[in-house]
Amino acid sequence: MSEIAIAGGRRAKYRPVTEDSPLARYALIATAVLFLALFLLAPLAIVFFEAFSKGLDAFLSVFHDPDALAAIRLTLLVAALAVPANLVFGLAASWSIAKFSFPGKSVLITLIDLPFSVSPVVAGLVYVLVFGGQGLFGAWLAEHGVRIIFAVPGIVLATIFVTFPFVARELIPLMQEQGKVEEEAALTLGASGFRTFLTVTLPNIKWGLLYGVLLCNARAMGEFGAVSVVSGHIRGLTNTIPLQVEILYNEYNNVAAFALAVLLAGLALVTLGLKTFLEWRHADELSGRARRH
Amino acid sequence: MTSPVLVGKNARRFTAPGVIPGFGLTFGYTLIYLGLIVLFPLATLIWWASGLGLSGLCAIAAEPRVAAALRTTFFISFAAAIVDLFFGLIVAWALTRYDFAGRRLLDAFVDLPFALPTAVAGISLAALYSPNGWFGAPLADYDIKIAFTRWGILVALIFIGLPFVVRTVQPIISELEVELEEASATLGAGRAQTVLHVMLPPLAPALLTGFALAFARSIGEYGSVIFIAGNIAYVSEIAPLLIVVKLEQYDVAGATGIATIMLAISFAALLLINLVQAWSRRRFGHV
Repeated sequence: MSEIAIAGGRRAKYRPVTEDSPLARYALIATAVLFLALFLLAPLAIVFFEAFSKGLDAFLSVFHDPDALAAIRLTLLVAALAVPANLVFGLAASWSIAKFSFPGKSVLITLIDLPFSVSPVVAGLVYVLVFGGQGLFGAWLAEHGVRIIFAVPGIVLATIFVTFPFVARELIPLMQEQGKVEEEAALTLGASGFRTFLTVTLPNIKWGLLYGVLLCNARAMGEFGAVSVVSGHIRGLTNTIPLQVEILYNEYNNVAAFALAVLLAGLALVTLGLKTFLEWRHADELSGRARRH
Repeated sequence: MTSPVLVGKNARRFTAPGVIPGFGLTFGYTLIYLGLIVLFPLATLIWWASGLGLSGLCAIAAEPRVAAALRTTFFISFAAAIVDLFFGLIVAWALTRYDFAGRRLLDAFVDLPFALPTAVAGISLAALYSPNGWFGAPLADYDIKIAFTRWGILVALIFIGLPFVVRTVQPIISELEVELEEASATLGAGRAQTVLHVMLPPLAPALLTGFALAFARSIGEYGSVIFIAGNIAYVSEIAPLLIVVKLEQYDVAGATGIATIMLAISFAALLLINLVQAWSRRRFGHV
């Protein structure tokens, strides 16, 4: 229709029937942009604004505090233990689920997703019920002088729980889509099982694996609720960065709280950037069915 | 396969035969790890709860402070999910159907609530809406208080739930068939009629799923809420916080009771999601 109008020498008067009117269009774009700016971008911006509100020196001096450094070290340690643990599990779970058929598979997939439907606080609580003073093994652990709750092992366990599904839920649908033909070809040509995994499977899933590890790591370093329940908040010993942020904020030490928060916000931005890059550059090598959480 | 020898051999196998190795190792490891990390601790919670019995659980839920916290959590989570449903649809529509400067960047930022640690979200929302914050100060001129009231909880839960609605609805919007819109228009429908009667109905299952996901997440949310809520007992105290309070008072039974009720609510939401998706697959052929 519009082409005829142009051929007639006038500007097109009609818009395609499948387009919204300019007014509706601008109103919807304006609403969406304003809503995202107020609810998403402003909270991110104020982290950096508050951290640098007293200048760069005040910001940098926060990182001379031994408690802050201990919190950073503990966060790195927890992620270094929790992420590989869930990475190995994700590989094992996706291999057994995608390459074999067995009864009860969908139940198993649902159970793997379970930690996402559990409140972080409840995730912390269940470990208190198992290992805490009044818990199942509490008396036995106290007798043998082993501390899990209010100590680093509890923090690692709670972090593993809340980040449990990230790698598996990315790899399972991806490997199911890819099937097992390539592995079967490699195996019938004489490759060993381990070599088949390394040279056939791993290259096929590497971007999906990286995607899952990225999200797993972001959550592991930023987890607050579950870790807060099992940590005991002992300064310099059992405080991760998010817990240290809470303590500093409650002491009205805004610059220090937001300076540490800048580390976590920076991690979130890097994660978002890499995630967007993977989705844009390697979309066909990521699973189409993985829901994002 | 018809060979009786093979059938007899297969009948005792758990998995179908094939050349791919490692089933025993990977499947066994999966079950053991899942059992130790997730199932056993959760079973311990259920075991503790069964020790309380149904009457014990009801007694805990009926405690005025617990009842108030559960009500606050439930109703504000519901309200936040409704707000997310409305604005999430607009955001998803604008990001998918229109092209404008900064669209790709905004699209990437929709996932921010997934990536930003909840404690950071919590302190930055509290700073924004506190009486001398960027948003709090102008609102205070009109005597509107957000931070340290129930409205603060609502703001935090809207933040947390938004990506669930947007990310669930977005793929369905981009898959809407243009032929249906054209058919509707050629049959004489106005644009508003086409949108309302042709384009929105197929989005309903995705909207409902996004709503339920946002709601379920909000029920359990802790970190982003506690800084902005003020945490006044009976007024702005959420159920997850009360679990922490009970634990600090060594009231493990009370904490277990609240946790069990919260688990029941989130599993009900999960069940609803699965039912909606099963219905949607039958009705629309997609999730």
